Amino acid sequence: MDWLTILTTTVHAAIGWEVVVYGLAAIGVNIHFGYTGLLNFGQAAFMAVAGYGLAVTIVVIGLPFWVGILVGLAGAVLLALLLGVPTLRLRADYLAIVTIAAAEIIRLIFRSVAFKETFGGSDGRRGFNNDFYEINPFPPGHYGIGPFGFNERTFWLLVVGWVTLAVCCAVVYLLMKSPWGRVLKAIREDEEAVRSLGKNVFSYKMQSLILGGVIGALGGFFYGLYNGSVQPDVFGTEMTFFAYTIVILGGAARVLGPVVGAMVFWVLFVFIGNFLSEAVRAGYITVITETQVGPIRYALVGLGFILLLVFRPQGIFGDKREIALDAR
Amino acid sequence: MPDNQTTTRKAAALAAFQGLEHEPGVAKPDAILTADNVVRRFGGLTAVDVGHVEIQRGSITALIGPNGAGKTTFFNQLTGFDTADAGSWSFNGKAMNGVPAHKVARSGMVRTFQLTKALSKLTVMENMRLGAQGQKGENFFRALIPGSWRGQEDEITKRAEELLVRFKLDAKSEDFAGSLSGGQRKLLEMARALMVNPELVMLDEPMAGVNPALTQSLLGHVKDLREQGMTVLFVEHDMDMVRDISDWVIVMAQGAIIAEGPPDSIMSDHRVIDAYLGAHHDAPLSEEELQQQLHEAEAALEAEAAEEEAAK
Amino acid sequence: MRRAVIAFTAFLGGLIFLFAGPASAAAEGEGLKGTLTHQGQPVNGAKIVVTTEDGQPVQELTTNAQGTWEVAVPKAGKYKVTLDASTLPPNLQPRGGQNVRTPQVFEGNVSTVLFPLEAKAAPGEAPAADPSEGALFRQAAQLAFEGLNLGLIIALAALGLSLIYGTTGLTNFAHGELVTLGAVVAFMFNTGIFGWSGMPLELAALLSLIVCGAFGYFQDRFFWGRLRKRGTGVIAMMIISIGVAILLRNMIQFFFGAQNESFSDYTAQAGMELGPITVAPKNLWAMGIELFVLIVVGVALLKTRLGKAARAVSDNPALAASSGIDVDRVIRIIWTLGAAIAALAGIMLGLSQSLKFTMGQDILLLIFAGVTLGGLGTAFGALVGSIVVGVFIQVSTLWVPPELKSVGALAILIIVLLVRPQGILGRRERIG
Repeated sequence: MDWLTILTTTVHAAIGWEVVVYGLAAIGVNIHFGYTGLLNFGQAAFMAVAGYGLAVTIVVIGLPFWVGILVGLAGAVLLALLLGVPTLRLRADYLAIVTIAAAEIIRLIFRSVAFKETFGGSDGRRGFNNDFYEINPFPPGHYGIGPFGFNERTFWLLVVGWVTLAVCCAVVYLLMKSPWGRVLKAIREDEEAVRSLGKNVFSYKMQSLILGGVIGALGGFFYGLYNGSVQPDVFGTEMTFFAYTIVILGGAARVLGPVVGAMVFWVLFVFIGNFLSEAVRAGYITVITETQVGPIRYALVGLGFILLLVFRPQGIFGDKREIALDAR
Repeated sequence: MPDNQTTTRKAAALAAFQGLEHEPGVAKPDAILTADNVVRRFGGLTAVDVGHVEIQRGSITALIGPNGAGKTTFFNQLTGFDTADAGSWSFNGKAMNGVPAHKVARSGMVRTFQLTKALSKLTVMENMRLGAQGQKGENFFRALIPGSWRGQEDEITKRAEELLVRFKLDAKSEDFAGSLSGGQRKLLEMARALMVNPELVMLDEPMAGVNPALTQSLLGHVKDLREQGMTVLFVEHDMDMVRDISDWVIVMAQGAIIAEGPPDSIMSDHRVIDAYLGAHHDAPLSEEELQQQLHEAEAALEAEAAEEEAAK
Repeated sequence: MRRAVIAFTAFLGGLIFLFAGPASAAAEGEGLKGTLTHQGQPVNGAKIVVTTEDGQPVQELTTNAQGTWEVAVPKAGKYKVTLDASTLPPNLQPRGGQNVRTPQVFEGNVSTVLFPLEAKAAPGEAPAADPSEGALFRQAAQLAFEGLNLGLIIALAALGLSLIYGTTGLTNFAHGELVTLGAVVAFMFNTGIFGWSGMPLELAALLSLIVCGAFGYFQDRFFWGRLRKRGTGVIAMMIISIGVAILLRNMIQFFFGAQNESFSDYTAQAGMELGPITVAPKNLWAMGIELFVLIVVGVALLKTRLGKAARAVSDNPALAASSGIDVDRVIRIIWTLGAAIAALAGIMLGLSQSLKFTMGQDILLLIFAGVTLGGLGTAFGALVGSIVVGVFIQVSTLWVPPELKSVGALAILIIVLLVRPQGILGRRERIG
């Protein structure tokens, strides 16, 4: 058993790129679901649109990096409008089905042969992150303590990523303390009552959808920048449900919930995966093969999700009196 | 002094109804709300078909009728919570048909609900603050700068505190609304509606599911609304309450308005008796009503129990 | 409650441990792979030639019984993959005559190369490039027939989903996994498990229905039923069902593996001419069984005591309970039935296409489309909606690329929800 590898990968997972990507996705879901009560099951689509917006602008059209970022963000806003205008008047479960279907449509279009020239089919797009690393102020080297640390590229990405996470959390904190956030929370409780008090519920739901979608889109950028590529199948429904698991783990309607949830989630996910792999490789576990470790940890995510929702729906931080789940 | 004013307001309201015909759709001297030919159908069923009705400004008007008469549905049409198939209505002379619910509320016509809609996971104070109109901090960009809305928020809080004192909810102001009893929720909903600064308050069964001990205080609050210069339109089953506080009564049956008149004489109107007895001519009125009230009380109790369950 | 969940998961584990099978070894290093299918049927024995970009030969191979092929390549780079059209079955040809692909293989990646196939116009008829009206009609008829088959399969799954939704209010995102489970369990019995040799598919299917029906029963008895008793809201249950879906899907993958499989019987059945279309007899049988089950369940809902009780429960559970109906028992039977017919849908899907651990997930949204099209919670609506979806998907491939055929169905789902949320057959709810 290579305990050092298990230890370092686990520590890296706690602050690594996955936490940045899924933390941002989960902050978006938290705004939608935790604060506003919108069941957007298409968060992966916002991330996909952003990632592909960046990639296609740079690789296919040949425009600069910042234009790509703007295109990605504009794509996320446009998607929110397209999804929101018709669906925000629907019942919660209908909204869930529509958003999940829309996300699938987008994924299928990105991977289709018909649009291979633009989106690259199932191989996706790569080669669009050079500009990001060219403005890296950190000279080459190892950043960290002993075995824990990152090279200058990852370190640069993580610095930008964590600053982005911090800014997003600050924005959520300010908004949810304000009368604007109060309207959102009220809509989560009972939108008819809010309407009877003279608030334009549709407009607030739309603002929530756009804000959460744009923050999720930032996660899509970081996915593309770290991996250097975007593939359609990465942005499947599983990505959305991981984000939901993270939100509920950290506590819905908690400002720092998504970030802490993402850290706990990835630590457990990476630790269990590596531990099982090492144990199988070292011959301690013989019932399963190494390729079966993958499904096991995904199954554990599902099991953990169920147990969490049944026994502790308020998550780690949540206040049981103030959660979006029960009594609906 | 307040007593003196009370009589003036009540007298003024009663004077306005003096000498009016007891016919459906009779014209009022100073109507705040006028509706014409409002129709709402569900499949083959015509739930509402109101020819013409006017609500007198500054009065307390009761809307009564047997179960399924379309009272709540009519409320929903007027307040923009449901779309009417046909018809027009105006509030303060401004056309209101097709106007979405939130704009109806903004124009000064605020309603409450039969099943209370207290926002249970917000505190009582947050519930109250939500009612205030024109809040700067409700704009996305201003919300990010606390300094831009703090001042207004303090004023709103002060106004909310005053109202909570009046409705005897001040001790609960930091509790979650879900922890209140059924009657307290009704009070909160009424107080919250007042935060909107309405001209017309529309109460849908304000007494349903309220503990008898609270009934008197609720009645007092409804009367108080008129004293503050507001107009009240309410749906109610409890005839004692209707008799006690209303200045004018409108009776609906099978979607249409069948009679109007002052509370002390309306129940002896033959059209009203027919409507209440309807197909059940063989059963005495009192027993029928008793049963109905029993059912409603049971339903309300159940709803309250369920809400309390949910609040836990 | 805690006990219930533990029991439930233990049951899940126990159930699937029975069928522990070998998992396929993932390829190490770079490579190319693909699957050759036509209308869901694998194409066996077609020759694939892989060379480097400048023509250096790498490997030649033929597709296996599942229509798949896989080649390891020495290093990352561009490769040329050629499908030898003459080795295809005589009635097939590469779509648009394109039989060469030049994929890029990235470091550590296995790139997928696909060749879309189409039916060759029969000799003596005009070539596909200039479709005569007869050929177009023929193709449309063939697609409509396949669509009907798909529609009936969706209808089976949708019926179960709709019944469970009607009686419990649960929008079950794990329903797709019940479909997969049915197919996979039947596959295990069919091909043999722990030392037993395989049994005929008919028997395997029957056993699978029993196992899956029992699974549905226990799922409600020890899990959903307990949650209902605690007063868990329907939205919370819907989210929990997503967790159940992830759990089940990955447990199925754990034991079944990530590869495509086919039943050992009826895999490649010769088609027969039937008017303008060609059908394999197994498809006719499948459709017959599907129709039969749908009709039996439909009639049972209308005529039997249980059916009436089920409709009463979906109308108003409290009222049904107070008029002496054992609501929990009715719901449990509905769950058993729903899971069993979902399993049947899975077996039929496996028969007409192939088996994979994601097959249920892939069809779930189509099931939703069928159900919402017909009106959520109405069994008859689910049937009509599903058939419309199935036929639409297949016939639309006349105009849209096959890989986008589901897009049309999902778009229809969205449009229906927007324009007529109550579905084509549902009634507008009364408000207030």
